[in-house]
Amino acid sequence: MGLGLVIGIIAAVIILFLILLYNSVIRLNNQVKNAWAQIDVQLKRRADLIPNLIESVKGYMKHEKGVLTDVTKARTAFLNAGDNMKKKAEASNMMTDTLKSLFAVSENYPQLRANENFMQLQEELTGTENKISYSRQLYNDLVMEFNNKIQVFPNNFFAKMFNFAAKESFEASAEEKKVVKVKFD
Amino acid sequence: MAAHINIFESVRANKIKSWLLFIFFIILVGALGAFFGLFIGSVYLGLAIALIIGVIYGLIAYYSGDRMILSMSGAKPVTKKEYPHLYHTVEGLAIAANIPPPKCYVIDDSALNAFATGRDPQHASITVTTGLLNVLNRQELEGVVAHEMSHVKNFDIRMMMLAAVLVGIVTLISDFMLRSFIFGSHRSSDDRKDAGQLGLILIVVGIVLAILAPFIAQLMKLTISRKREFLADANGALLTRYPPGLASALEKIKKDPDPLVDNANKATAHLFISTPFRKTKSFVASMFATHPDIDERISRLKAM
Repeated sequence: MGLGLVIGIIAAVIILFLILLYNSVIRLNNQVKNAWAQIDVQLKRRADLIPNLIESVKGYMKHEKGVLTDVTKARTAFLNAGDNMKKKAEASNMMTDTLKSLFAVSENYPQLRANENFMQLQEELTGTENKISYSRQLYNDLVMEFNNKIQVFPNNFFAKMFNFAAKESFEASAEEKKVVKVKFD
Repeated sequence: MAAHINIFESVRANKIKSWLLFIFFIILVGALGAFFGLFIGSVYLGLAIALIIGVIYGLIAYYSGDRMILSMSGAKPVTKKEYPHLYHTVEGLAIAANIPPPKCYVIDDSALNAFATGRDPQHASITVTTGLLNVLNRQELEGVVAHEMSHVKNFDIRMMMLAAVLVGIVTLISDFMLRSFIFGSHRSSDDRKDAGQLGLILIVVGIVLAILAPFIAQLMKLTISRKREFLADANGALLTRYPPGLASALEKIKKDPDPLVDNANKATAHLFISTPFRKTKSFVASMFATHPDIDERISRLKAM
């Protein structure tokens, strides 16, 4: 009788532990998914800003057609990538690089830089770039929390049971880290 | 990550402290009410009235404390159109902090300062002065906003808000009572003789309490502020991953020729990122300083 009760209590405690563990991993998993989607929202926002930007600089940067078409090409590639993760990542990196070039070149056009519309768009784009960066940071932080949760002892045993696998964090591309060289035609 | 554990512990500690603050406030108000009751002839009546007022006011403080603080400080709500830079900064850091973006407010004042208030991350606001917006660059502003965002995420704002609106009223009540003592009041002629000595003791304790209450309140606020500020600096640096941003902002704030924020007062001073009063170098001033030494904050950040 006594032994049965003890075993019952131990079993109940273990089951409670498993329920709490499972639920918190599920919650973290959903947070990670949410954070991933957040990154996309910001990337899309940036893509949406590009047509306005092109319009506002077109008149001033008449001889920089190369830079402008590069940005537009990157945007089109991003929008056409659909759900293909790899293509999306490549296209968004291209957008970052081509936008960097565009703004670097705009340094040569003081009238453009003083233009209200351009300044607003520049602020919007900088804000969006920062949000992209912060949403990636959040994603990585949550991935780390998730990985910690399923890899520490004794959670790791049960994680395998529930089919929870470690997630990959977001790496900034080597391209993005390179400093952009400005070409003057 | 150690900071995540810190945040979790901070949140719990702050929620507990908020409760303790409220309980302490009720006890204090009840005690003051009971002593005041001596003068109107019934301790219980004084106590009951005080407790009812105390609880009602406590609820007001919790649900509208932020609005009280914002209007006291002269903070005006602003739109994204008026201040896009501020909005982008707040929204970006809110994403990193995984909380909804707090509402943005601006104080028209040349002093460099900022504060956050609200009862939880879902009902929070961040306020900056126009002086701050004009003087700080992008990374410095991010550092300051990240510091405030950490206060929001840590639930510091709940405790700091309650400290401001509950403590303020206790000080007022104590002042009022002191004035009543000074300008004379009479014990009820119904008092029985054997209650006389007890009554006298109560009066003395009452006077002591009325004088001490503001000091107790101030000291209470102090223990809340300093460690919290260091933690908010650290957590803010973690949000931006760039401690030099806030360090540089603090350097500029330190050099502010006139740090006086016109609408700041002793009840709200602890909410600001830096002391909103002119600096005085005296022991008393440092005892009652609501913020840790700014040089120490800068050196801690540079050491990260």
